Amino acid sequence: MAKEILRVEKLNKFYAKQQILYDVDFSIAQGEVLALLGPSGSGKSTLIRCLNGLEEFSTGDLFFDGQKMVPTEKNWQQIRQKIGMVFQSYDLFSNLTVLENIVLGPIKVQKKSRSQAVQIATRLLKRVGLADYLQTYPRQLSGGQKQRIAIVRALALHPEVMLFDEVTASLDPEMVRGVLEIIKELSEKDNMTMIIVTHEMNFAEQIADRVLFLEDGHILENTPSKQFFVNSQTERAREFLESMKF
Amino acid sequence: MDTNIIQAAIPKFIEGFKVTIWLSLIGIIGALIVGLICSLLQYFKVPIVSKIISAYIELSRNTPLLIQLFFLYYAFPVIGLKLSATFCGFIGLTFLGGSYMSEAFSGGFNGVSNTQIDAGKAIGMSRRQLARYVVFPQGLSLSMPALSANIIFLIKETSIFSVIAIPELTNTALDLIGIYYRSNEYLLMLVIAYAIILIPLSIVLTILERRVRYGSFGN
Ligand SMILES: Nc1ncnc2c1ncn2[C@@H]1O[C@H](COP(=O)(O)OP(=O)(O)O)[C@@H](O)[C@H]1O
Ligand SMILES: [Mg+2]
Repeated sequence: MAKEILRVEKLNKFYAKQQILYDVDFSIAQGEVLALLGPSGSGKSTLIRCLNGLEEFSTGDLFFDGQKMVPTEKNWQQIRQKIGMVFQSYDLFSNLTVLENIVLGPIKVQKKSRSQAVQIATRLLKRVGLADYLQTYPRQLSGGQKQRIAIVRALALHPEVMLFDEVTASLDPEMVRGVLEIIKELSEKDNMTMIIVTHEMNFAEQIADRVLFLEDGHILENTPSKQFFVNSQTERAREFLESMKF
Repeated sequence: MDTNIIQAAIPKFIEGFKVTIWLSLIGIIGALIVGLICSLLQYFKVPIVSKIISAYIELSRNTPLLIQLFFLYYAFPVIGLKLSATFCGFIGLTFLGGSYMSEAFSGGFNGVSNTQIDAGKAIGMSRRQLARYVVFPQGLSLSMPALSANIIFLIKETSIFSVIAIPELTNTALDLIGIYYRSNEYLLMLVIAYAIILIPLSIVLTILERRVRYGSFGN
């Protein structure tokens, strides 16, 4: 069994008085790929954003590499370098070129030298087939290109875990594949630990080791992927899978 | 309409023109500096100071410049602070413009989308780094339209300085009208003089706005 890298214990989250997440418990081992599935509004984004402190959780504990996370701003800044995140809306910094988007973290946050950071950026951009776009501004790129660069921006910090929140949901269909392939390669070649929120069920089935099925803020299933897609434990999960087949 | 009268008045108008330009320039620079400082202090929510700034902004935006000038020019000497008319003009314009500029800058900073901020946090940037590399550059370009509207507004406001006898354009024209009882010629010259300043300026500002607009494009 690979070593546990991230663990969530009894995490509860409220917005004002409304409870969004209920006693969420799970853990993820090094190199494991977790698909976080569930209907819209079930709390997937909220949960994944709690893991890198973009949302505060109300109660519960987070363990990273076996260490309990003390949620101060400084600690989050440390942890976020180890937990990369990619968003649905790409969110490259619109005032910076592709290169500057990527080297900003390594240089300013990790205090790497510029030449070292540029080297990392160039290597990663080559890998996603965008080496010619160093000096381009985000507005000049397609959605698929922006999303690949957003992945590179996160990878440039050498994270141990990657979080993907519906990263293909805003893309034109012909762009989806390129992005999914990069994610897949990250798992296969780099053995990257990942938590993926997606509504591409085929992709989830191919890539995930395990599925967390969330509904109304409750984890209804925490099931090996093979089993989940063939024979889910709960009625709700079966209904959900059926509805995704439109 | 008598062209001789117009010709004879040109040197005086040029003098007034220079005063208007000069006062506008230093007043706008003062206003931009005050506005930027205020908006930064408010952005970082510096305790107490931001409350004071809010009060200043309310006071400055909700009282006419005319009254602010009277205050500086007539009320301050009562407590032993005698200011020259030009200095009053400069302070008045800075006091008024500072609040408008501050609101313009703040509007830009607050207009930067939360998702850009999340993206910055997600790569481990501190609040200060985020402000410096993402929020301020994007916010400045978002605030450009409001800043240029304020610049034009402040230049027009300088006409009020005529009431404290600063020899700027409006004061020059009113003086000449008072002496020679010819209003058509002098008012025409006055309008043209303001147009010479404001029309090219607003064209330049529009071009500038276009060039910095990238910040509002998103993503
Ligand atoms: N900022 C917020 N304030 C209040 N409620 C929110 C906020 N963000 C999300 N919610 C609520 O939390 C629930 C879960 O949302 P979300 O995590 O975005 O779900 P999902 O990503 O699974 O679609 C929804 O009911 C949503 O309305
Ligand atoms: Mg979501």
